[in-house]
Amino acid sequence: MKLDANIPNGPIKDLWSIHKKSLKLVNPANKRKFKVIIVGAGLAGASAAATLGEMGYQVECFCFQDSPRRAHSIAAQGGINAAKNYPGDGDSIHRLFYDTVKGGDFRSREANVHRLAEVSNEIIDHCVAQGVPFARDYGGLLANRSFGGAQVSRTFYARGQTGQQLLIGAYQALSRQIAAGTVTMHTRTEMLDVVTQDNIARGIVTRNLVNGQIESHSGDAVVLGTGGYANVFYLSTNAVGCNVTAAYRAFKKGAGFANPCYTQIHPTCIPVSGDHQSKLTLMSESLRNDGRVWVPKTADDKRAAGEIPEDERDYYLERKYPSFGNLAPRDIASRSAKEVCDEGRGVGATGLGVYLDFRDAIARLGKDAISARYGNLFDMYQRITAENPYEVPMRIYPAPHYTMGGLWVDYNLMSTIEGLFVIGEANFSDHGANRLGASALMQGLADGYFVLPQTLSNYFGQMGATPTRVEVNADCFIDSEKNCNEHVQRLLNIDGSRTPDSFHRELGRIMWEHCGMTRTAEGLTEAIRKIPELREEFWDSVKVAGSSQTLNMALEKAGRVADFLEFGELMCRDALARGESAGGHFRAEHQTSEGEALRNDQDFCHSAVWEHVGDNEIPTRHQEELSFEAVELATRSYK
Amino acid sequence: MTDYNIHVWRQAATDKPGYMERHRVTEISDDMSFLEMLDVLNESLQVAGKEPIAFDHDCREGICGACSLVINGQAHGPETTTTCQLHMRSIQGTDIYIEPWRAAAFPVLKDCVVDRRSFDRIIQAGGFVSVNTGNAPDANANAIVKEDAETAFDSAACIGCGACVAACKNASAMLFVSAKVSHLAHLPQGNSERKERVTSMIETMDEEGFGSCTNYGECEAACPKSISTENIGVLNREFVRAKVGSTT
Repeated sequence: MKLDANIPNGPIKDLWSIHKKSLKLVNPANKRKFKVIIVGAGLAGASAAATLGEMGYQVECFCFQDSPRRAHSIAAQGGINAAKNYPGDGDSIHRLFYDTVKGGDFRSREANVHRLAEVSNEIIDHCVAQGVPFARDYGGLLANRSFGGAQVSRTFYARGQTGQQLLIGAYQALSRQIAAGTVTMHTRTEMLDVVTQDNIARGIVTRNLVNGQIESHSGDAVVLGTGGYANVFYLSTNAVGCNVTAAYRAFKKGAGFANPCYTQIHPTCIPVSGDHQSKLTLMSESLRNDGRVWVPKTADDKRAAGEIPEDERDYYLERKYPSFGNLAPRDIASRSAKEVCDEGRGVGATGLGVYLDFRDAIARLGKDAISARYGNLFDMYQRITAENPYEVPMRIYPAPHYTMGGLWVDYNLMSTIEGLFVIGEANFSDHGANRLGASALMQGLADGYFVLPQTLSNYFGQMGATPTRVEVNADCFIDSEKNCNEHVQRLLNIDGSRTPDSFHRELGRIMWEHCGMTRTAEGLTEAIRKIPELREEFWDSVKVAGSSQTLNMALEKAGRVADFLEFGELMCRDALARGESAGGHFRAEHQTSEGEALRNDQDFCHSAVWEHVGDNEIPTRHQEELSFEAVELATRSYK
Repeated sequence: MTDYNIHVWRQAATDKPGYMERHRVTEISDDMSFLEMLDVLNESLQVAGKEPIAFDHDCREGICGACSLVINGQAHGPETTTTCQLHMRSIQGTDIYIEPWRAAAFPVLKDCVVDRRSFDRIIQAGGFVSVNTGNAPDANANAIVKEDAETAFDSAACIGCGACVAACKNASAMLFVSAKVSHLAHLPQGNSERKERVTSMIETMDEEGFGSCTNYGECEAACPKSISTENIGVLNREFVRAKVGSTT
């Protein structure tokens, strides 16, 4: 597997400009001859589809939801970063770049991150022009707030619904192109395979989720914007439908999968209440601007929060990280919560929770001010837990939230399959081993609005005036359709006794226990033994009712669980091979005497890229070495 | 822990007749969400070799707008929230009737899953600002009065679930359409296209087979995001302005 990142030569601050100048262009009259297939209609997919449509390409866009307005980008609450420096607090493109590289624990590619920081400002301009109702100050100008891992206020927000407003903006831009006829939208359609010929992406095979039809779609390039894989843990903050299927099946067709072990466990989620739980609900990180995190100083303290006097409370983030306090990055805040719970100091019925307390902020600013900032989040908390957070502290616990790993891409966002591009959370490139808050929306839109449309044009430009498309009656499509049909029939024919969900739950428990917030060689080895056993049982005894010719949600679920059952093992192998702690990947064997993550730059200053070499065979691990020239490779400190 | 009798709409496909089917679920905790209760029922149906009840859902945190059940005669059930954010502690009694959204413009695809693409087509008719990527001026080039931005936001909070249509005896989409028209009408960015937008969106709404508004206000009462019927007033003013050509 060849891993050439294709980074242009030059000083880092000029790389993107240099690159844009050298990119090949496609004549406006020729653009309509090129067809792009985009899978996924979240922030990345919808913004890419809209922009490529505006440019004049033929776009076919696919999503499994009933409308492109529903992808899980919509649930992002807190905000979107940009280096505008409107508050005048010393922010700059360089600082956003630096914070992102540092936040990612020096495991991302410098050139990509710098480009992300550069285009961040254009994103805000564009979204405002679309009519996204960002928060404003009384003077009518845009408001900013601070977020974890940064000491400047660079986060733009739309109440607690920033993701929703940005996605609706992209959805509206996409709708405009659908009306203009440049984009054809396929809803309730799931991608089952990437079709390749001599390692060149030629199209995809999909299943129509309403009538079960397996169909081929050919194009001149395929773009995956299919999101992350946190649902491998079963319980996560992701939407129930989020899955790894598109990315994993691309992996099986030859796309390298980078750093699957880099997963983000978000510190502020509502704790699990019982076995019936189907998902975990995030409480925005922005709450940590005003809420103080604490637990009782002594273990097994069963008193109600209000009965615990001030000097018997441990505000452990403020104690351990005085300069960042409650705004320590997500990985650090999550691990600290686990530590205090492991010491028996956790709160709530299960002991798996810590307090996020607004008492002091309400006393200082008044209930109305807190309500204006976080009202919808407080309401949601109360609805789910039946507790009033204005009166008693919230209880929170970490939960799987975002995945930094993903399909490997070069500087042009192209995977190791020629013509297969990957954008948004589905790729691996920008967040290293840990993503900072309010950076996911930034990356999804950077890729979709500003980066991919340029680099994809370059790919087409290299083809000349006429694309060399392969039609859907070619062997590569026929073979792929046949395999997809067989896969579906195989799932239906097992007729066993266990539901797909029961397998997903069991896999999730294995992953959370052995590949969650703290990992050990012993635990990962155990998981690598258990997962294939569970997979075997799945293919022996899963029960999928109904037929393949109708809307069959059990069948959809079974296909996704089958992929998670293979992908989970890949994640554990990656976590085992990475013999260091970095960002969200914490190996208990590699920590400082104070319990902080201990990187090993000598042996692991690289991205690990896995290559599929055959079913039931151990994939091959490759490395892309990372070099740090613009920032100094340093030990991350938030003290 | 409570046991419930579930009466649920089953329909194999759009062109097949539907019927109510009765099931029993036992030992349901008050802390379960309504959809988790349905998950329990679906697990037991599948183990018994029966097809699970199909219903739309995704984020399960009240923001994506996918979930769409009429529960005991009310769109999204008894609370002002989405179906997925409804918890069993809010359910009165032990008999629960579950049906899909019912509207000609939302045909049933299967069981409680309906086709809401008519909403997408209304947005495609003009629910956007015509700006291409890369053409925008600096975001702070135009100040927007905070009050206008907040009003625009209140309208933009619509999640496109369709509860307003399901609750309306005429299956009118006026609240949905008005929320988008009002969102963009309150912002300078949406100004230059406002006449064309309102005309085209209303025309598409009528073509899609949604009914007329007769000011009952059921839409606002059912809306999980509390979108106000004041938006319909804005829509009507925008429509009149477009038709009679006033410039104010």
